[in-house]
Amino acid sequence: MQRFLIRRLIFIVISLLGATIVIFSMTRLAHDPRELFVPDTGYGMSEEQWIALGDKMGFNRPLPVQYLLWLGKILRGDFGTSIHQELEVRDIIFSKMGATIQLAIGGWLFAILMGVPLGVVAATQRGGVWDYLSRGFALFGQALPQFWTGIMAILIFAVLLQWLPAGTRGDEEGLSIKHYILPCIVLGWPAAAGIMRLTRSAMLEVLDSEFVKLARAKGVGRVEVIWKHALKNALIPPLTSALLLMAGYLNGALVVETVFSWPGIGWIALNRAVYDNDFPLLQGTVFTFILFYLFFALLADILYAVIDPRIRYS
Amino acid sequence: MELTTTAHPPVIKQISGVWNFIRQWPVIPGIVIALLIFMGIFGPQIAPHDPIVITSILDRHTPPVGFEVCAGAKCKTGSWEHPLGTDHVGRDVLSRIIVGSRISLIVAAISLVVGLLVGTSIGMISGYIGGVFDEIVTRIVDIWLALPFLMVALLAVLIFGSSLIVVFCLLAVLSWVGFVRVVRAQTLQLKQMDYVDLARIAGASPIRIILFHILPGVINSAIVIATLNVGNLILAEATLSFLGAGIPPPTPAWGVLISEGREYVSTAWWQTVFPGVGIFLVVMSLNFLGDWTRDRFDPRLRQLT
Repeated sequence: MQRFLIRRLIFIVISLLGATIVIFSMTRLAHDPRELFVPDTGYGMSEEQWIALGDKMGFNRPLPVQYLLWLGKILRGDFGTSIHQELEVRDIIFSKMGATIQLAIGGWLFAILMGVPLGVVAATQRGGVWDYLSRGFALFGQALPQFWTGIMAILIFAVLLQWLPAGTRGDEEGLSIKHYILPCIVLGWPAAAGIMRLTRSAMLEVLDSEFVKLARAKGVGRVEVIWKHALKNALIPPLTSALLLMAGYLNGALVVETVFSWPGIGWIALNRAVYDNDFPLLQGTVFTFILFYLFFALLADILYAVIDPRIRYS
Repeated sequence: MELTTTAHPPVIKQISGVWNFIRQWPVIPGIVIALLIFMGIFGPQIAPHDPIVITSILDRHTPPVGFEVCAGAKCKTGSWEHPLGTDHVGRDVLSRIIVGSRISLIVAAISLVVGLLVGTSIGMISGYIGGVFDEIVTRIVDIWLALPFLMVALLAVLIFGSSLIVVFCLLAVLSWVGFVRVVRAQTLQLKQMDYVDLARIAGASPIRIILFHILPGVINSAIVIATLNVGNLILAEATLSFLGAGIPPPTPAWGVLISEGREYVSTAWWQTVFPGVGIFLVVMSLNFLGDWTRDRFDPRLRQLT
């Protein structure tokens, strides 16, 4: 188990380095980074000032050195100062992180609580009503664009029926569980669809295996066999692909936060960083998203190793 | 039992025959995709109105046919002139959807072909050569999966500006990874086959082995992955356009239509609903088609996807 964990940690460090190289080269590939800070007109900037700015940002050094300096800063959490808001990028991100994490957990819960039971029920009643309902649920979840589902959810449940608030968290006092329902469902639906499909196919396979038949033959109850013996083995494929689902999940957070005006990291990334050309802020948010992703991937790996001991030794 | 089945009137037999055909062949998804391709090619010719130029701002937010919307004393009734209504500046929603399908189609097709070619070649080479190259490719794929696609796309758009080329590149780069993983895994298996060994003994060059002995073995999976991927690519393109990081206006990409309609959704739902239904139908059909090709051409992939 220890060796497995160490290997995973090394993998994560490599991924992180790779991701930073991608971001760094993207920022340098296009054009002089100074142009991102100073508009084309230059505000009447003289040649000397331009060069001095370059010196200050460290452009006279070789690229690998620049990369290492940049990496050192980033790893210490120093993304620089936001261009439009005179605030440390780090502080902005920290202040918005809570909202994103809450949303992610809510969506995650919805995905698992819907996906796994539906998958199991669909597999045990193959061809039955529940099977078709679950498959329909998955079908819609995978084919509906999330931003559209979000808008429709607001239209139907907030504008027409007025059951739930239109998403915006608003200020902290007015915040209630109702604010979470729509964003979390919209965020979790595609993931729930993926989990449901994988659970269903894995369950079908496991239910057909010898040990399930043996357990049944020895007199273990049907319910216990399904939910204990079979499910434990069928959970492996959904968990392995959790890694891939996670990537789509973070993308979803960006979209859902935009649609519901949810003041999280995705929302500032788009509304403050992209639309305002705030480069340090965007770099910071991208990096935070990657950290999130790798953290969840590690979690999934550990969970996976706990459930399936074979993984630890392979 | 025998008697009752033969006693069915011929009409019922015919209906159940049609039903069986629909169950076996992807008829409905096929029709949707054929319609999409037709719209993509002949879009500007068959669109009833101009999709971009504003002709009559007075017609703004005319409801779809069969609906009536009243604002104060003034009422607007939908007509066949604009079957799906008009948008906030009076352009025909149907025409914009029809013309917008072309962009979705082109983007998905090109990025898919690039992803297919690049991903399959890299997957085969990496699996066949093995060693350091394989290790590097595997790492790159892992790293790539760790990057949140939309965020990186936004970064790219901020740096390179939003244009059709940037969107193509982003989507191609999004799609190649899926091919590499599957093709590489299958190449590793095929490499150990006797016929590959024999070819090598007979003096075939690595390029020849890859092209004539490995490729035929992986091409089925690659095509299946491709079909399964198109839907996701169309969704990704729509999402980028919705966020304002995709196809720049005034091109009516589907994602753009929805983001334009979003503001008016409580008064003019049709402007948002119909493009969304369009995306949904296309992506769902493509997913169906993908599942169908997988089951038919490569059932082994069931576990991988």
